[in-house]
Order: sequence, then structure tokens, then C-alpha cells
Amino acid sequence: MKISREDVVRVAELAYLELSETELETYRAQIDEILEYIGKLNELDTANVEPMAQVLSPDQAADATLREDTVLPCGSAAEIFYQAPDPEPPFFRVPKVIER
Amino acid sequence: MTTWTIDSVKSALAAKKVSARELTAEFYERIRSRNPELNAYLALSPERAYLQADKMDALIAAGEPLPPLAGVPVAIKDVISTRGTVTTCGSKILQNYTPPYDATAVTRLEQAGAIILGKTNCDEFAMGSSNENSAYGAVKNPVATDRVPGGSSGGSAAAVSAGLAVASLGTDTGGSIRQPGALCGIPAMMGSYGRVSRYGLVAFASSLDRIGPFGNCVKDVAAILETIAGRDVNDSTSTTTPVPVYTDEIARPVKGMRIGIPRDYFREGMDSGVRDKVEKGIELLKKLGCAPVDIRMPHTEYAIATYYIIATAEASSNLARYDGVRYGLRVDEPTLLGMYRKTRGAGFGAEVKRRIVLGTYVLSAGYYDAYYLKGQKVRALIARDFRDAFAEVDVIVTPTSPIPAFKLGEKTDDPLQMYLADIYTVTGSLSGVPGISVPCGKICGTLPVGLQLFAPAFAESRILQLAHAFEQAGGASL
Repeated sequence: MKISREDVVRVAELAYLELSETELETYRAQIDEILEYIGKLNELDTANVEPMAQVLSPDQAADATLREDTVLPCGSAAEIFYQAPDPEPPFFRVPKVIER
Repeated sequence: MTTWTIDSVKSALAAKKVSARELTAEFYERIRSRNPELNAYLALSPERAYLQADKMDALIAAGEPLPPLAGVPVAIKDVISTRGTVTTCGSKILQNYTPPYDATAVTRLEQAGAIILGKTNCDEFAMGSSNENSAYGAVKNPVATDRVPGGSSGGSAAAVSAGLAVASLGTDTGGSIRQPGALCGIPAMMGSYGRVSRYGLVAFASSLDRIGPFGNCVKDVAAILETIAGRDVNDSTSTTTPVPVYTDEIARPVKGMRIGIPRDYFREGMDSGVRDKVEKGIELLKKLGCAPVDIRMPHTEYAIATYYIIATAEASSNLARYDGVRYGLRVDEPTLLGMYRKTRGAGFGAEVKRRIVLGTYVLSAGYYDAYYLKGQKVRALIARDFRDAFAEVDVIVTPTSPIPAFKLGEKTDDPLQMYLADIYTVTGSLSGVPGISVPCGKICGTLPVGLQLFAPAFAESRILQLAHAFEQAGGASL
């Protein structure tokens, strides 16, 4: 077994994801099977291979093409607040974070 | 029912056989009659569409020159932002989300005169290969309505295939344009990574996501791609590589092209009907003067495993933004962390949760090197397979999908089996090269097969030429 019930509980906690008991067990079994399959990558010796995080050539990659950081007007603030679950422009209200 | 193309729209408008408004109305009528069965569209934007149609009609009345896509009715996958039209990503968590801006690809289509009809159904956050992971119900394949249209851009493929749009935009992360194109029997393309701006595309896996077109013919796919391609300051990964006029390029001769046939793609797991059509397709390419070359792509069998590490890792990070604070669903809870957990637990569907758990796991302390880093290294090997192959050949030819459209519900209980069907498409996704799927006959006269063509990065013209020649030579009716 590649992944335990406790692993799934821990990962769901890291991802702030509430899962039911049924989901926990279903995902554990399915992800276990997927990780088992992924294990075939260990057949490959990659000790001398550089990891590839993105595919663009160095002259086209994001680092090379960043624009100047200039302040531009943004006309959509009202539209953004309009559809927030609990807006109080210019803030988004959230449940209490700090306990006394 | 007329099958419209960009050229036929253009000539009908120029000859005043139809107005842009009448054509738009005809498409909304088609949608009204066929969409309840197919479920290809999730939302329509008639106000916006008629406003644009009237603008085009005014240009025609004034005898002004028309932009290249004037009056062409198009559909947009629901993971691509459209100002003022709800964009759900096929998810309950964004059920009421209305973007305050347009994606660059949408802006460019509209500037070219296209008419945005509405938003098309897709797997939730583009995660799936059958469109059955949409929170708003599956899409049916117009060519066989008891079957899936493919995914994740199933709605965009079905809309064009059923004549409910002339062209559409989809997105491709591991095959999500090419595979539904194949299963619905229409040309479908992803350009090179960096060819089309991702600004306004709701992110799934940022190092893989690409926007691309569906059309009724290769020329239409070329026309849409040349409209949406090119540098955009709002996406730092959109490249400055010049955009050729693909609609001119497609007419160039294909004789003498060296086509690589990777034997590693023709192993077990391929449907015999698909194999038969693809072999006939290769014969047709030979008749067109192409020279087949056997090539090896030895890391192909590791592509699915690599893809599902990288894509889920990036997804787990990208989807962290759905927290119930700024937009979308919020489930009320007295504490902030409780609100996050409940909101995400209630808002995401099963496949998305499964991928968030897997992606978080492969990135977590103690597993990062064994999974994520390993995946990035094998990704480099897969990209090297492509580089080595393109030293010998001009184009790589493969099936798009190992199987034709399957029955609705047939694979929903077994995620791994569903993932394995992405085998021929994920390699190109991981490598960043452009790929197109072009119709290559129909099994038993009904179920379409797709032939997939890959070219080196930014050599889109080459596969468009070959796909166009293949189509003109009768590839669809092999």
C-alpha cells in the first residue's frame, strides 16, 4: 500500500479540503492504485537528468520577458466587490481569524 | 442543415445572402432546438452577440472593409473568461462567477469580427477525458448520442460538430482539445506552448495549459489560430515568436515531408478499428508524397505517470485560490479555516478533489523528490524524445486516441483507466510542441477516428499544411 488513510487525512488538511468518510476511503484506494502505476517511473535512472519545470527556451521564458512594474488604473473594482460572498468595499469580510 | 465555414460566412455576408444578425439568429435557433439534448452550451450571450452582429452589418451597409472573422459565430469553453457572461469552469464553486474582463483570446476574436454565442460545457476545471466531470451534466456526442464527446473541451467540440457554432475555443492540458476533436470528428489544434496568451484562462496546470481552436475544416482552425496567437503583455509566457499567416501557409506543398511513425505508440491497448483507420491514414500520407520513417520515442510509456504528477501538483497549487473569500461559493462557518474547508469540500466535484489530494501529496514534505522532482526529470526525457525524433523527421504521426468515443458512464468508476486513454496526447503536452487532430475515417461508418500530427515548437504551419492536404485528399472518409 502506497498511501494510508492517515496520509489522505493529512493531505486533505494541508489542502483545506473537507472530505467525508466515504470520500476518504474511495480516494485512498483510487490514489493508491494511481501511485502504484506512477511507481513505474522508478525503472528510469534519472540521476544525471536536469528537471524540466517549463518548456520555453531561455530567451522566451517568463523571466526574460517580464514587463516593467508600472501602476495602471483598474476599472473593475466595483464589479469585483459586487460578486464577493461578503463584501465591505474596499474589504472582503471573512470569519474571525484571531481567537481571544 | 448548412455546414458553415469561415469562408462561406464571408461570401454569404458579402453577397448579402444573409445578414450577420440573421446568421446569429439562425445559430441561436439551432442551439434552442438541439442543445437540450446535447448539453453543449452552459450559457448564452445573445446581447453581446447581436451587438457585434449589428456592428458587422453596419460595416457591410457602409461598404467598409470587413475584419477577417466578420460575422463568424463562435463558442468559448467555460474555463475562458468572458466579461459579463457567467464563467463556471463546469464547477459548482464558480456557479455565479461573472468575470470583470475578457480573456485575450476572446478579445482578439471579437476584434476580428467574430460573434461570441456563449459558453460551452467542459469537465470541471478542464479535468477529465469524457466531459462527465462537469457539475452541470455530461455532454452527448452529436455523432452518437449515447456516447461521450471526449474531454475536457467536450462542449466546444460537440457545438462545432453539431453545427451549433462555426468554430470554438477549447483548452488543452493533456489532450483536452485534440481528443474531443477526434471523438467528434472535427479538426482541433493546440499551438505550441506560448503561442496563444493564457490571460483570462482559468488556470489548471500552468506549465501545460493552452488555448486552441476547433473548426469544421483545417483552414478554419488555421484562421482562428492566427487570430488568437502572438505576444500579449498580460501573459509573460506568451512568446514574441512572429505569427505566420497560417491560412496562406496551409496551401504549401507537402511532397517530400518526412513523417515519423513512433512504433512505441502502436503497442497494446489500441482499438483494432482505430489501428486500421490510422494505418490507412498513413497510406494516404504516402500517396501525398510523404516519406514514412520508423522512429523510437522510448519514454512514451512513462508519459501518463509523469503527466499525472505534474498536472495534479500544479492544479493543487492553482486551485488554492478558491477559498470563499473574493468570489464564488462560500459555505458559512464560524472560523476562517472551517469556512475554507467546508467551501472547498462542498464546491469541488469528485475528480477535482481527487486531483487536489494527489497533487498535494506529491508536493508534500517527504514525497517531493520521489514524485514531483522525478516527474520533472522524466518530463525532460520525454521532451528529449521529441527533439531526437525531429532531428530525423519533419512531422510525427500518431493516433489521437487509442479508442473511439465510448459509452456514457462506461469508465466513470475507474479514474486510472480513464487516464490511460490520454497516452497519445500527453507526450506533446509535456514537451510543449504543437499538435493537431484531423479526422481519419469512421469505424463502421459512425465513430470518428483522429490522426494526430506533431511538429517542433513554433512549426505550426507544417502540421496545418499536412492536415489540410490530408483533409483535401479525403482523409475524413477513409
